[in-house]
Amino acid sequence: MHLYNLTLQPPTAVAQAIVGNFSGARTQEIIVSHGTRLELLRPDVQTGKLSTVIASDVFGSIRSLAAFRLTGSTKDYAIVGSDSGRIVILDYDPKTSSFVKLHQETFGKSGARRIVPGQYLATDPKGRSVMISAMEKAKLVYILNRDAAANLTISSPLEAHKSSAIIHHIVGLDVGFENPLFAALEVDYAEADQDPTGEAAQNAEKMLTYYELDLGLNHVVRKWSEPTDPRANLLVQVPGGQVASSERFDGPSGVLVCCEDHIIYRHMDKPQHRVPIPRRSHPLEDPKRGVIIVAAVMHKMKGAFFFLLQSEDGDLFKVTIDHDEDEVKSLKIKYFDTVPVASSLCILKSGFLFVASEFGNHYLYQFQKLGDDDDEPEFSSTSFPSFGMAESFIPLPHAHFRPRGLDNLALADEIESLDPILDAKVMNILPNSDTPQIFTACGRGSRSTFRMLRHGLEVEESVSSELPGIPNAVWTTKRTEDDPYDSYIILSFVNGTLVLSIGETIEEVQDTGFLSSAPTLAVQQIGSDALLQVHPQGIRHVLSDRRVNEWRVPQGKTIVCATTNKRQVVVALSSAELVYFELDLDGQLNEYQDWKAMGSTVLALSVGEVPEGRQRTPYLAVGCEDQTVRIISLDPESTLETISLQALTAPPSAICIADMLDASINKSQPTMFVNIGLQNGVLLRTVLDPINGQLTDTRTRFLGTRPIRLVRVTVQKNPGILALSSRSWLNYTHQSLMHFTPLIFENLDYAWSFSAELSPEGLIGITGSVLRIFQIPKLGMKLKQDAVPLSYTPRKFVSHPANQYLYLIQGDHRVMSESAAEKKLQEMRTKGQKVDEEILQLPVEVFGRPKAPAGTWASAICIIDPIEARTIHTVELDNNESAFSVAVVPFAARDNELHLVVGTAADTLLTPRSCRSGYLRTYRFTDEGRSLELLHKTETDDVPLAVMAFQGRLIAGVGKSLRLYEIGKKKLLRKAENKSFASAIVTLNTQGSRIIVGDMQESVHFAAYKAPENRLLIFADDMQPRWVTALTMVDYTTIAVGDRFGNVFINRLDMRVSDQVDDDPTGAGILHEKGQLSGAPHKTKLLCHFHVGDLITSIHKVSLVAGGREVLLYTGIHGTIGILVPFVSKEDVDFISTLEQHMRSEQSSLVGRDQLSWRGYYTPVKAVVDGDLCEAFARLTGSKQSAIAGELDRTVGEVLKKLEQLRVTSSGF
Amino acid sequence: QSSELRYTANTQLEHLHARYTGTGHADLTKYEWLTHQHRDTLSSIVGHPTLLSYLAVADGQAMGRMKFEMAERMLQPCGPPPQKDED
Repeated sequence: MHLYNLTLQPPTAVAQAIVGNFSGARTQEIIVSHGTRLELLRPDVQTGKLSTVIASDVFGSIRSLAAFRLTGSTKDYAIVGSDSGRIVILDYDPKTSSFVKLHQETFGKSGARRIVPGQYLATDPKGRSVMISAMEKAKLVYILNRDAAANLTISSPLEAHKSSAIIHHIVGLDVGFENPLFAALEVDYAEADQDPTGEAAQNAEKMLTYYELDLGLNHVVRKWSEPTDPRANLLVQVPGGQVASSERFDGPSGVLVCCEDHIIYRHMDKPQHRVPIPRRSHPLEDPKRGVIIVAAVMHKMKGAFFFLLQSEDGDLFKVTIDHDEDEVKSLKIKYFDTVPVASSLCILKSGFLFVASEFGNHYLYQFQKLGDDDDEPEFSSTSFPSFGMAESFIPLPHAHFRPRGLDNLALADEIESLDPILDAKVMNILPNSDTPQIFTACGRGSRSTFRMLRHGLEVEESVSSELPGIPNAVWTTKRTEDDPYDSYIILSFVNGTLVLSIGETIEEVQDTGFLSSAPTLAVQQIGSDALLQVHPQGIRHVLSDRRVNEWRVPQGKTIVCATTNKRQVVVALSSAELVYFELDLDGQLNEYQDWKAMGSTVLALSVGEVPEGRQRTPYLAVGCEDQTVRIISLDPESTLETISLQALTAPPSAICIADMLDASINKSQPTMFVNIGLQNGVLLRTVLDPINGQLTDTRTRFLGTRPIRLVRVTVQKNPGILALSSRSWLNYTHQSLMHFTPLIFENLDYAWSFSAELSPEGLIGITGSVLRIFQIPKLGMKLKQDAVPLSYTPRKFVSHPANQYLYLIQGDHRVMSESAAEKKLQEMRTKGQKVDEEILQLPVEVFGRPKAPAGTWASAICIIDPIEARTIHTVELDNNESAFSVAVVPFAARDNELHLVVGTAADTLLTPRSCRSGYLRTYRFTDEGRSLELLHKTETDDVPLAVMAFQGRLIAGVGKSLRLYEIGKKKLLRKAENKSFASAIVTLNTQGSRIIVGDMQESVHFAAYKAPENRLLIFADDMQPRWVTALTMVDYTTIAVGDRFGNVFINRLDMRVSDQVDDDPTGAGILHEKGQLSGAPHKTKLLCHFHVGDLITSIHKVSLVAGGREVLLYTGIHGTIGILVPFVSKEDVDFISTLEQHMRSEQSSLVGRDQLSWRGYYTPVKAVVDGDLCEAFARLTGSKQSAIAGELDRTVGEVLKKLEQLRVTSSGF
Repeated sequence: QSSELRYTANTQLEHLHARYTGTGHADLTKYEWLTHQHRDTLSSIVGHPTLLSYLAVADGQAMGRMKFEMAERMLQPCGPPPQKDED
């Protein structure tokens, strides 16, 4: 088996985000790290929308990011710390729209190791140096400078190591132009390691240490080190340094030390200031719980600065420092607003706040005000003795605030993110859909969602109106060349034409000069200010003064099809003749004297747009009934001569020539594509050679069951093609590569571009007798998401074999269930304590639920109707129980009646994993599956993490034991058991009497149930200890597994062993076989192995296209969706692997990680080709492309075609 | 001469051990080994964003909190060291 790995949806989680002027222009951009991918986002200041400029895979794991700018420069660079053991400086090149690696300095081994730097980055605000640090001990300082030619230079590293020190955070201090200073939060464990009493560890001090880079002596010294709060976790830079002109201080310099419950201002030899982190005055808030700051951002404005700190509940606090020159007068903190908990916060100078959520969608907010003049309570260090530091080891009295809705911020944009995907299923539930949908359970806590993903572009409909009849075509047109928007909508009916004018309202007009008594074949705004209508009897040229020049078809003939552009008109007559017209310089339409006889009825015609600054386009494409397409010259030298001919497999139904940019073919200018739609629903895309008019590089694609219609449209100011069949598809250029994506919209019979003031980039279409105006808001987002909100973190879900409903279990740790919370509130009320009812009414999806101590759970089972996209029933679990597994089981003892079995546990603790009691809850489906009725609860001694139907019974993985249950009247009855699993059973799969058991830490075991002896026997296992998270059976002997460290692999059991086990009726043979390597007697063999880079949460064997091959689809916790496609031939394997080899040497990783070692992070890659790397071929420069293609004995076109074919036939993407 | 060689080799080894924290040696106690293992694991969790996400989802904590707790635990992941025998 050889597989091809392809990412369909790259990870959407943001690990870190930085802001800067990366393109060197005035606008600020944001670079986000998706863990294994870098993306540049550009906010549109006018509309407040974020758009992706470029995203690229780095083939490594990004651990830290920092922006920096050399003194006096206007351009920011990005520094990347990763698991490559190298520091990399990236520059965004706006010309080629790509990241360029400026420097790459090696300092250590690869891998996210304890003492290899890469975890933290800190830059000097003046851009003179950078510190890169590991989790422990190692810190390196690099000096950055520019050489004579103003190129960025980097020095060799200077060490600032401190052995046996755990580093919590580092930050660069703002000291103006004095020697660069870095602050680190460190804990020394040397003493703790030696002290058996544990006292040293108890009293270990967390040190705030300053490292100074002496630029004169070129070395780093430890300048100052003082203990600070032992629960400090984060440092924030405070502005400082003098302004050269006025000698005034920008700020006091120093750092904010964020600790549990407190913020401390700290600087060398300066008094400290301490304020408490305010807490929510929620009645259920646990006063003993500490609050820490998880994200922080400092913003400098003219002559002022402030900080926004975010607590782990998502509350933003505005922190300000009153200072007189470099002396701090007071530190103040107040509540600002509540937004989702962020992994990074970025403030843009244009007044936006980008919140890169740690889970779920990311948001862009606009500042409405800065919270300066509101009555929010403010807490100042001056209101405490010695600025809050009188007794620094005793916490300050609690400060409280009342959370409220957004006041200072307003939502501007939202970026959809699937992160985290906790479970997924691929099913085709929707009616009238020929491709399956991906259902994902996403999100965390009260912001969780259940999403249905469909491949296609989202369509936003703005107008939908019923027409008097069924039109067969629609056009829009401007009145003159320079109009910004369209003026008329022209609808063609079987026996007439209707013209509507676009204004404040859309209404019918009569006096346009168009013929209304006949259907229309084409409409064109021609010349500078004239209009043109082609109808079966002739061509009407409507001049600006409403005079009409009409060309009439000779008696007995009609026009069957026509094509037009701004200067040229070609019509085909029923007599299979072509008539060519061209606009002369006076605006007169001139007929070319000779007609061209085609010899076969013309079915479709197309000319491209007139190129900028030219008189005409030189090529005409003609599709004839004899299943050919001919390219005909329109050049004055050889007018209407046939240049080339292509044979087709079916009669053409439409042709469309369009000039579109595709960087894989030509990076600098658009390529001329001839798209040919056939009557059997197949689309051919060929490239028209502009020099000799030959058709090359044909790609085919099946679009649907109806004859194809093709329309040239404008999408985001670029030409695109709308292809209409039984589905509508859009062909467009996005990030300079060509894409072909279906629209998620009703079938369109015809469509055209539509541009009006309210919808400048719209499209207009007809479906039956309905006229629709719509937009495509998110190009590039190939998966449309429909979300159902959930109340807790989803864990797993199952489908029902007989109905369309999905049964989902959800649960949250450290959250009180509704009933427990209500009980506690009731208690408080009866005790006469004041309960703030208003705070209880705050929406939980924004503010979350109050945190409870470990071991508290809230959980529910809900029934989701995926078609209606809503939850139809919820069963809340009481008794501090939480659900962990779910299955639909037909019990043979109940005539195969289906039951829902949910594995739950009460008072569960995660470390060490334990519970008061586990339960198997058995529900009966009532109301056709729309609700549930609890039959009984069966106690278990451990948490049932996996349950599954098995031969009319239930099989459950309860902790370390595998058990078979039969249904009883009051309980499930245990029938068989095997207790010899290593840690805990997490996945179960079955075929026949074989059970595949995935263990949490000890990989996969093959077990068999031997009915005659009622035995569950393990007969084979894996040689490697794998931390299984997801598993599926590829066939009876083969399994595909995902593990916790981001690997997918395929194991196979020897066929001989498999047969031998099946032939042994009692299992006595297995029972007496000798174990191997202290495990089962047989071992599985590793067939394929690949490191995806995302933690695999589910894996499925599915077919994604109608009639397509089956592939393995996996989802990752960071929102990755990818597929593994089996190669069909040895030739393909050789070809693609050789291409991959070449790509490895050509495409070096942006973080400096070796691609091969990244894909073989834990175990060497085996029999899997990295499709993401291969597809980067399209972005290589032309010369490199042809060099590689030459080595492969192919043309560049053939390589690209093969790559596209692999993607399209397996996924349809 | 050979003893001298061994002597220099030893100092080199010592130097390497000091340089590469976490490297094992023949006289490593169980406690030391375990502590190294745990510190390596904890820093690996912090260093791999996916693992940190996974634990944060399971535990219902913010990722920032998870990272902080992991780093805190690196101080003494396996409890205090065992009493040394006096002899």
